[in-house]
Amino acid sequence: MSKIQVNGKVQEFETSTVSIIELIKLNNVPQPEMVSVQLNSEFVDRNDFGSTLVKDNDEVDFLYFMGGGSLSLTNYSSTISLLR
Amino acid sequence: MDYTEDQIQRYSRHIILQDVGVEGQEKINNGKVLIVGAGGLGAPVALYLAAAGVGTIGIIDGDVVDLSNLQRQVIHFTPDVNKAKVISAKEKINQLNPDVKVITYHKLLTAENALDIIKEYDFVVDGTDNFPVKFLINDACVQAGKPFSHGGILRFDGQTMTVLPGTACYRCVFQAPPPANAVPTCSQAGVLGAIAGMLGTIQAAEVLKYLTGVGDLLTNRLLTFNAKTMEFRTIKVKHNHNCAVCGDHPTITELVDYEQATCEIKSKH
Repeated sequence: MSKIQVNGKVQEFETSTVSIIELIKLNNVPQPEMVSVQLNSEFVDRNDFGSTLVKDNDEVDFLYFMGGGSLSLTNYSSTISLLR
Repeated sequence: MDYTEDQIQRYSRHIILQDVGVEGQEKINNGKVLIVGAGGLGAPVALYLAAAGVGTIGIIDGDVVDLSNLQRQVIHFTPDVNKAKVISAKEKINQLNPDVKVITYHKLLTAENALDIIKEYDFVVDGTDNFPVKFLINDACVQAGKPFSHGGILRFDGQTMTVLPGTACYRCVFQAPPPANAVPTCSQAGVLGAIAGMLGTIQAAEVLKYLTGVGDLLTNRLLTFNAKTMEFRTIKVKHNHNCAVCGDHPTITELVDYEQATCEIKSKH
């Protein structure tokens, strides 16, 4: 059993440790490439997501890349295709 | 600074505000702020900074106003469609507050011009919509020792942090731009218009706090909110010793233009 704080909220797991990759999957993060992960206030290198284990009482934050509103439906025809 | 009767009246709500006062208002009037992007975030930032009387506002944007911008870019009006965004923004700022000197750059911020442009300003606001320029602003400001405000919005979410020389930078948090194919596609993206105002006004408040020296800036903290739940969170972030631009052994010593991933296909209509 382990209790891990993910984005400020406690989550319970049956195992004593969970890898960052598993945590990302369990939290249904839609695009793992778009998330930066902090474990107990230290950033985890993207290449270490699989090997880094999170344990009881750890705090994990998922920080998402956010661009801006313009990566959106500026293309009129694609907007129309969504409306149909 | 000698204020006229009109100016005293115009800025009276700052002047009577404890912590700001005449002294703080003078700092605002002497401030020089560069806004990168006259879009969803840049619009509220420019309007509030103009209203506050920021002495010099620089605006850089290479785009023209598109009808699809008006849902959130509140500095542009319907008759401005097809007008350069920087001109449209300048016109509104001049009407709002003739005290403000507006400098426009109708171009993109690039690795080549970034340092030259930002060196003229006290503070830089990232109001851009794409990752390559966000990283460029970060790297240029870190190298030039300029404070800046990062801002990002997507769908119902927003995030912002303020970066001063020595505090955690954008690259400390997000090591490098996401792979081009990971950037949300057209059908997954979109943004609730008012989110831009929520985030942009937070950025504008940070600028005014910086200029007046009032309060605690959003440094070493990333503020995020989700408008569906209206929950705000502030996540502590630490300066990253492995950061490629401000870490112990920086590997980025020259500015680069990353390739832009985009889903925009300019439509002719």
